[in-house]
Amino acid sequence: MTEKKDNEALDVAYVARLARLELADHEIRDFQGQLEDIVGYVRKIQELDVSGVEPTAHPAPVVNVFREDVVGPSLKREDVLNNAPLHDEDQFLVPKIVE
Amino acid sequence: MVEPEYVATIGLEVHVQLDTVSKMFCACRTSFAAPPNTAVCPVCLGYPGALPVMNRKAVEYTVRAGLMLDCDIQSHSKFDRKSYFYPDMPKNYQISQYDQPLCQGGGVEIDTDAGTRIIRLRRIHLEEDVAKNMHFAQSSGVDFNRAGTPLMEIVTQPDIESADEALGFLQTLKALMLYSGVSRCNLEEGNMRCDVNISMRPAGREALGTKAEIKNLNTFKGVQGALLYEIDRQADVLRGGGEIVQETRRWDVDVGKTFSMRIKEDDHDYRYFPDPDLMPVVLEPKEIADWRQELPEAPRARRVRFVEQYELPDYDAGVLVADKAVADYFEEAADLSSNSKAVSNWIMTEMLRMLAEREGAITDVLIRPAALAELIGLVDDETLNSNSAKEVFVSLFEDGGMPAALVKEKGLAQVSDSASIEAFVEQAIAENPKSVSDYKAGKTKAAKFLVGQVMRMSQGRSNPQLVMKALESRLAD
Ligand SMILES: [Zn+2]
Repeated sequence: MTEKKDNEALDVAYVARLARLELADHEIRDFQGQLEDIVGYVRKIQELDVSGVEPTAHPAPVVNVFREDVVGPSLKREDVLNNAPLHDEDQFLVPKIVE
Repeated sequence: MVEPEYVATIGLEVHVQLDTVSKMFCACRTSFAAPPNTAVCPVCLGYPGALPVMNRKAVEYTVRAGLMLDCDIQSHSKFDRKSYFYPDMPKNYQISQYDQPLCQGGGVEIDTDAGTRIIRLRRIHLEEDVAKNMHFAQSSGVDFNRAGTPLMEIVTQPDIESADEALGFLQTLKALMLYSGVSRCNLEEGNMRCDVNISMRPAGREALGTKAEIKNLNTFKGVQGALLYEIDRQADVLRGGGEIVQETRRWDVDVGKTFSMRIKEDDHDYRYFPDPDLMPVVLEPKEIADWRQELPEAPRARRVRFVEQYELPDYDAGVLVADKAVADYFEEAADLSSNSKAVSNWIMTEMLRMLAEREGAITDVLIRPAALAELIGLVDDETLNSNSAKEVFVSLFEDGGMPAALVKEKGLAQVSDSASIEAFVEQAIAENPKSVSDYKAGKTKAAKFLVGQVMRMSQGRSNPQLVMKALESRLAD
């Protein structure tokens, strides 16, 4: 959805920043090659004529998987909070968010 | 009127919380008041491997809302992941709808000074709400009770041209959502939240100016205030030859200003892609047609009907239909009464005032529609004068019950027999010779004073018209 042009070079540093990944320069160079290989591989599909094929997000022909609007049990707060590195008696604590 | 130098172009994104009992993708309850982190599970906490399953009612409600707003309901829609990083969303993506929302198009008709206008809608999509953050001195707290609550995002076209129109749109939208029964639209509980896009351009120029976005406004007053401020700010910048920066701004209600949030543009690269955990939604034409059949009468149509059927002034009808519960109450009482206008008057004055004072809802009010209808009957057949009727209304409002019984019990019935009234009149004349001579000298104020004296002597229960008549005939001699 974001790769606009076929031959546009992949901006690994930008993608890493979006994913909040800290990469060293040599890693960026390594991934540049590896990711371009992968994208190039997927790009093969563009050699096919898919004009008559509907875009599809799922391979399985299943639709409308619903649950009814009924309340079920939730987890115990104590258990939930104990999964977190930091919490007080009723909330998860994270580094202070500055707006 | 002077033509404005700059014209505003405004678009709104309104998040409306759907009134389901369980969350969008898990069975945790939706609860505003629950203690923090007590309505949570692996799905809404974003644990790895937990799988979301869609709440059927949330889909249905979104479609019903879409039908109410004249949208095209999409027979095929899907859900996507919107990547973003913030402690209120531990999965690092929010489940939303990108290119195939449930509803497209549509519009909301609003009243403006220049007549009615249609504010067109772009789309309505369904998504999950995020957690709530609380900020402490050294850290921030996260409460996941709200995370996963179903939200509709209603996106308008940039058709709005002023802060007042934005307010009108939101009020109309709220009424429509309440009518369709898909949301409680409780603003105090954050059931409706709004993002605003606004740009200014010189009057007469076609091309839109650079826009600013103001996020997370949770009151209608906030939307109005933020827009008024931004319209001035942007016009000032442009007038001074400056340029508007495309940015996200924050409304500070205490200061009454918007401030730049300095968010980097690439933070907005959400990298949407289809959520592999969720299957597409396919709606059958029959299903959509059935929901369309069940649509309630829209407020506008109801207003027209109230004017015709109950012979109300358009103003009354407008006030009553603005709130579905108020309109329902009116209709129930009016159908039991032969005086619809009186029903409307009682509701628009005493009822709404007392409800506002007590922050009550008309759905819980103790004076039932049948009691109000009976009360109006007692006024119309002159059993009660207007003072006593108000007293009875207050009593019924506070404690419930039926008016006829109460009037009997408290002896509130109006004194209309001429003998008692004449006796009071005699007494008033005897005690107030000065007023009597004033009256004879043609001072109308004196007549009012004497009527007041009689009313006082009878504890407010005399029929004031009869008192006036008796006074006139007595003093004419
Ligand atoms: Zn849950």
